[in-house]
Amino acid sequence: MGRVTAPAPLETEKTESAEEVFAVPEPDVPWVTIVHNDPVNLMSYVAYVFQTYFGYSKDKATKLMMDVHHKGRAVVSSGTREEMERDVQAMHGYGLWATLQHDRN
Amino acid sequence: MPGHFEPLPGGGAAVALDEVEISIIRSLAVQLLELIGPGPGGEASDDPLAELFAEGPSEPPTDPVLKRLFPDAYSGPGVEATSPEQAEQQRAYSSEFRRFTENDLRAGKRENALVVIRSLDSLAADGKGGAVLKLAPEESKQWLGSLNDLRLAIGSRLDVVDEEDTDLLYRLPDDDPRKPMVMAYLWLGGLQETLVETLMP
Repeated sequence: MGRVTAPAPLETEKTESAEEVFAVPEPDVPWVTIVHNDPVNLMSYVAYVFQTYFGYSKDKATKLMMDVHHKGRAVVSSGTREEMERDVQAMHGYGLWATLQHDRN
Repeated sequence: MPGHFEPLPGGGAAVALDEVEISIIRSLAVQLLELIGPGPGGEASDDPLAELFAEGPSEPPTDPVLKRLFPDAYSGPGVEATSPEQAEQQRAYSSEFRRFTENDLRAGKRENALVVIRSLDSLAADGKGGAVLKLAPEESKQWLGSLNDLRLAIGSRLDVVDEEDTDLLYRLPDDDPRKPMVMAYLWLGGLQETLVETLMP
């Protein structure tokens, strides 16, 4: 799912425009993956997914799972948009309800 | 122990299933397969490259079960857009995400459901209509995923959207038409819970 910002122009008239292309339009703000609560997924299963996919410790996975359960959602990972799309896709593969967004904190 | 997975020495898990239980899981898995379908680009093709580059759908599915299995990636509860422009951007991002991921996600869920069906079909009968299902470690993970998909599907059909709905299911009167589906839902939950335990790192 490569999201190349823009193809390099084939014929560059001015070096400035090439530089503009490479000036990333998005601010350097990290993205986050959020897992939402849902009443079907078992608490043990959610903790299992956090442990196996993210490699989190049992304690961390359990705490995140409890956050999802009690607060309705939890940030489970952060990074670039591409990385978060990968995590969200993996969560959907496991059947967890996940979304990604800019970290607004 | 009926309805409970137990860990096997050396990895994997086993559960004793009777004839009815086998046919219920099999039939639910077949229904799930039919619902997920081959998907766009999933038709048998002579050109593996074309299949590899086939794009998925850009619109969310209309069926509530499929919508739950393949949710939007850029909008959900608590991430509502604050302006029409932002809403439009979320829609565009979700749609692009869907094009590049939904085919793979469908294929993964299909593969897990097929593993469930194949392992049930290969069971050796114990002479009393039941059998002991033994899963290798890798199969356990695929079963776990598929049991979860089946529960999500039934949960969607039963309109389980919050914790209270689950509580209500436990108190349904026996003559409620949803009762058999609810029994299956709760039983699959027990199977999944005990299977997770055998897999806990």
